[in-house]
Amino acid sequence: MKTNFKYNIIWFIIMVAGFYLMNTLILVGVINTFIENMLVTIGINIILATGLNLIIGFAGQFSLGHAGFMAIGAYATAIITQTATTPVGFYLSVFAGIVVSIIAALIVGIPTLRLRGDYLAIATMGAAEIIRIIINNMKITGGAAGIFNIPQLASWPTVYIMVCVTTIIIVNFIHSRGGRAVTSVREDEIAAEAMGINIFKWKLAAFVLGAATAAVAGSLHASFLQTISPNDFGIMESISILIIVVLGGVGSITGTFVAAIVLGVLDTVLQDFGALRMVIYAVALVLIMIFKPSGILGTWEFSIKRIFNRFKRKERVEQ
Amino acid sequence: MTSLLQVDNLVKNFGGLTAVSNVSMHLDNNELVALIGPNGAGKTTLFNLLTGVIPVSSGSIVLKGDDGTFALNGKPAYRIAKLGLSRTFQNIRLFKNLSVLDNVLIAMTSRSKEGFIASIFRLPSYYKTEKQLVEEATKLLTIFELEDDMDVLAKNLPYGTQRRLEIVRALATKPQILFLDEPAAGMNPEETANLTQLILKVQHRFHITVLLIEHDMSLVMNLAERIYVLDHGSLLAEGTPDEIKANHKVIKAYLGEGE
Ligand SMILES: Nc1ncnc2c1ncn2[C@@H]1O[C@H](COP(=O)(O)OP(=O)(O)OP(=O)(O)O)[C@@H](O)[C@H]1O
Ligand SMILES: [Mg+2]
Repeated sequence: MKTNFKYNIIWFIIMVAGFYLMNTLILVGVINTFIENMLVTIGINIILATGLNLIIGFAGQFSLGHAGFMAIGAYATAIITQTATTPVGFYLSVFAGIVVSIIAALIVGIPTLRLRGDYLAIATMGAAEIIRIIINNMKITGGAAGIFNIPQLASWPTVYIMVCVTTIIIVNFIHSRGGRAVTSVREDEIAAEAMGINIFKWKLAAFVLGAATAAVAGSLHASFLQTISPNDFGIMESISILIIVVLGGVGSITGTFVAAIVLGVLDTVLQDFGALRMVIYAVALVLIMIFKPSGILGTWEFSIKRIFNRFKRKERVEQ
Repeated sequence: MTSLLQVDNLVKNFGGLTAVSNVSMHLDNNELVALIGPNGAGKTTLFNLLTGVIPVSSGSIVLKGDDGTFALNGKPAYRIAKLGLSRTFQNIRLFKNLSVLDNVLIAMTSRSKEGFIASIFRLPSYYKTEKQLVEEATKLLTIFELEDDMDVLAKNLPYGTQRRLEIVRALATKPQILFLDEPAAGMNPEETANLTQLILKVQHRFHITVLLIEHDMSLVMNLAERIYVLDHGSLLAEGTPDEIKANHKVIKAYLGEGE
C-alpha cells in the first residue's frame, strides 16, 4: 500500500511541476498566445483520443462517432454559459454535457454494440451524424450558423487540469477490474463470456466512459474557441481523433499523448505551407502506417513503477 | 434425480445436421466423468450447449448447485459461468496479448467486489481488493507451477503450458463443474502424465466435478470413474471404464471409424 502511494505521489508531482513549468513559460513570454493555442488544441485532442482509445484500443469496439459526443459537450457549455457566465456556470455546463452524452451513449450503444466491426463503425458514424443533424435543426443551438460569442471561461490551466483528470480516470479504469474485463472482451469474446464476464455490459461501460470524456473535451473546445457550429463535429472530426489513436498505437495511452503532441506541433509548424500542409501530413501518416502499422508505440505504456523495479533489480544485481 | 447436473433430451441442429441428438446425462458431486467418441461425434458441441456458448435447439439442462436449482438452457454463457460451470476450449482461447496473471484475474472479475468509484479514484478499498485478487491468483498459479511466468504474455507460453493456464483460468471462476475439452491434445507422453496427476489434484483439492473430453484412451481409462460415449450426436453407451472397454457397440463405432 505504501509503494502504491509512492507512485501516486510521483505522478502528482510530475503533473504539478508540468503545470508550473508551463505557467512560468507563459509568464516569461516563451510561450506566446500562438503556442498557447496550440497547447490547448493538443490538450483537447488528448482528452478526445484517450477516450476513443479506451473504446477502440482496450474494448476493441470500432467507433467512428466520437465527434457526436464532443458536440453534445460543446453545445451544453455554449448554451449554459451564455446565461450563466461564471466559472461555476462553466463547470455546471461540463456536468450537463457529461450527463447528456452519457444518455446519448446509452441510446446509441445499446442497439449498436451488439454489432461487430465494420457494422459498428458505420452505425456509430450514423449516430454521430444524427446528433449533428438534430443540433443543426434546433433553435436553441443556433441551427447551421451555430453559436458565437461564447464567454471564454476555459483557458490553458483549465484544459491542463481537465487533461490530467480525464487521463487519471481512464488509466485508473484500465487498471481495475472493469478495465481487465473490457480488455478480455477485445481479446476473445467467447472466452470472456465463458469466464463469467457480461461482455455487453462492459462494452457499454467503455463506450459510455469514452463518450463522457469526449463531452468534457467539447466543453473546453466551445469555451476556448468561443464559436461553434454543427460542421465542427462532422465525420472529419471523428476521423482526425481516430488518426491520433491509430498513429500513437491502438491500446497505448502513452502513444495517444505522443501522437496528439506530434500531430499538434506538426499542424502548427506546417501552417505556413498552406495547401502543401495536408500533403505532408498525409504522407507522414502513410509512411508511419507502412513502417510501423501498430502505431508509434504499439501497446507500450510509460510506467514509473517499471522504472523503479528496474532500478531495484540493478541494485540487487550489483550487490 | 438429485444429480448436480441433469441433462434431458438435449438436441442441437445446425441447419439439416443434427450435431447432438436427444442426449440425456447426469453429473454427480465430485465425480470425474469422461466424454469420448470419434471425431465429429458432437462432443464439443455438447460442451458448447452445456456452457451456453451456443443455444440449445431443445431439451433441458438443470443445475442443482450450492445456491439452488437453476434451468441453464436459454441462459447466456456468462450467467452459466457465474452459476459455477467453467471450461477450457479445444482450440485454446486464452487472452493471448495479456499476461498470465491478467488471464487469471479476468476470470475472477465477476466474483470481485471492486467498485467503479473506488478504482477510478484509487480509494483504499481498491488497493485492498486488488491485493486480495492478486494473492488469490498467485496461490492458484503456484499450485500449477506457473508462478514464475506471471508476467509473461499468454501467447509466449509453450503449448502445453497454455493448456495448463487455461485450466487455472477456468478454476479461477470457482466452478462447481469443470469442463475440459481435450486437455492433453498436442502434449507429449510426459506432459500427458503430468496433466493426469494435475486433473486428479484439481478434483480433490477443489472438490469439483470434472467432465473431460479426451481422445487419449489410456488417460481416460486411468482417470474416469464413468464414461459417456457419443457417436453421430447420440449417446452410444454409458458405464465404468471396464464396461465401456467390453462394450461391442463402442468397439464397433471406433473400429468402424477407423480409429
Ligand atoms: N457452429 C457449427 N455450425 C455448423 N456445424 C457445426 C458447428 N459446430 C459443429 N458443427 C458440426 O457438428 C458436428 C460435431 O462437431 P463437434 O465439434 O461437436 O465434434 P467433436 O466430437 O468435438 O469432434 P472432435 O473430436 O474432432 O473435436 C460436426 O459435424 C461439425 O462439423
Ligand atoms: Mg471437439
